[in-house]
Amino acid sequence: MGFALALEQQGVPTIAVSTHAFARLAKATALTAGMPTVRSCFVPQPVVGRTASELRAYIEGTDPILKQPFMKGVLDGLLQPLNDDDLKGATFERSTPRFLEPDTEDNLRRLFIENNWTDYLPIMLPTEARVEAMLKGTSLAADKIVGRMRPTSFREFWEFDVEKVAVNAVMAGALPQYLPVILAMAASGISARSSSTTSWATISVVNGPIRDEIGMNSGVGAMGPYNEANATIGRAYSLVSQNVQGGSVPGDTYMGTLGNNWNYTACFAENEERSPWSPFHVDQGFKPTDSTVSVFFGGWYTQSGFGPRETWKEKFIRCLVGTDHYSPPLIVMDPIVARAFVDLGHTKQSLIEWCAENAKMPARNYWDDQWVTTLVKPHAIAGVEPFASRLKAKPDEMISIFAPNDIKIVVVGGETQGAFKMLSGRFSSRGPGTANKGDPTGLIDIWR
Amino acid sequence: MADKIKVFDPRGYPPKVVGKRLANRPESLDGKILYLIDCLFDNADVFMEQLRLWFAENMPAVETRIVRPRESWVDDPEMRARVAADGSAAIIGVGL
Repeated sequence: MGFALALEQQGVPTIAVSTHAFARLAKATALTAGMPTVRSCFVPQPVVGRTASELRAYIEGTDPILKQPFMKGVLDGLLQPLNDDDLKGATFERSTPRFLEPDTEDNLRRLFIENNWTDYLPIMLPTEARVEAMLKGTSLAADKIVGRMRPTSFREFWEFDVEKVAVNAVMAGALPQYLPVILAMAASGISARSSSTTSWATISVVNGPIRDEIGMNSGVGAMGPYNEANATIGRAYSLVSQNVQGGSVPGDTYMGTLGNNWNYTACFAENEERSPWSPFHVDQGFKPTDSTVSVFFGGWYTQSGFGPRETWKEKFIRCLVGTDHYSPPLIVMDPIVARAFVDLGHTKQSLIEWCAENAKMPARNYWDDQWVTTLVKPHAIAGVEPFASRLKAKPDEMISIFAPNDIKIVVVGGETQGAFKMLSGRFSSRGPGTANKGDPTGLIDIWR
Repeated sequence: MADKIKVFDPRGYPPKVVGKRLANRPESLDGKILYLIDCLFDNADVFMEQLRLWFAENMPAVETRIVRPRESWVDDPEMRARVAADGSAAIIGVGL
């Protein structure tokens, strides 16, 4: 759709073809681009996996949205003279008021639900007193602009300030002392509510002294509902994302076909004290005394296991190859596991390199993946390594699926078991819906 | 009767929408160049090839050219410039 809108402005009549599942999204995108009458035509969903003859039938068949022959819509859209609406487009101001109309608590709760401003779990209503108290968690002005966010790369950015983050933090049940962490997450520009059909989420890891200052859990149950800070910080980031970006509404601003439980809340602290290795943020160039939050974009799959036992190599290879290789793994491991790897002679980096070296699959399997075909193959065709070499490989040739820099390790857990998980978690946040294409570790201290 | 309370709006600040006009339409595509833009989404190349064949069989006077952006989900001003330079119309798909 973005190309169609741009080409129309360059004087080229253009038809955007989408599948019928995206009709509402296409209409909304065109409207907010100021070109509500841009011509769109639709074919049935899906296109992925359909044969050439099946797609030819789409072309010769009926547009499921416009209820006319698909090619009639295409040719009419390219050739029919413009009308007044086509010539002027749509210009309009939108504003979101600072306050809502006063009402009873019950009515306001209903309003927040009906407007899709919640995650459908109970919220704290953001009253003046509560937001004022929340803002005491930072020295920054309420009207300081924090950043901008959008649900996916072809949508418009919405802007937000400190007060908007505080409002959503109140709704999530967060305490004022958590606000700098939530501000740092929001400032990443990475939406915790990507609209991608792949149902992405974010997973956030906190490092440094603030973990203890605000009582975060890095031990028993750190990734579960067992700590006020972990739970409400992650929830606040999710609510901030959905509301400051202009929504996360199925069919309009959210298209994830399965949905994702990580979208409710996903934040924990690294167990730096029990880890035999340097903390994650130190690996990224920060000082141990810095407080940071790192946002991983993924949440798509989970592989789990124990160990390292005698056959750990085979287990790790099964897990690594079982991942969805477009989304590299964030490996979280209990301190017991990390120390056992040290006993086997591994540093964190040598283990990462072992994983990258041994995670291989036949080239045929690697390329038979929707996201790899869509997002990686163009780079391979353009000659970008290592993708170009992977594309040159014969179908049965075993090829590496990750580079060492793709794989990250964080130590977390309470040493009740030698457990690990491999979570879908791209650290460099390049992906639909993300504004931050670089290093997504943010310094919390600047938001205090 | 329950008391009324005042609460904040949780939404961010949307940008102003500025209207933009559509491009003038040609009377016919005969003898003109129609660009078929494969947006790189999985299987879009197969769809665009079928669209090219449809024009070859049903509207042979239209010259079709299939082009692709550098990568998915990312604008490609150079590709758009090529299309705008000699294209009379374009079809892009399949996806958003």
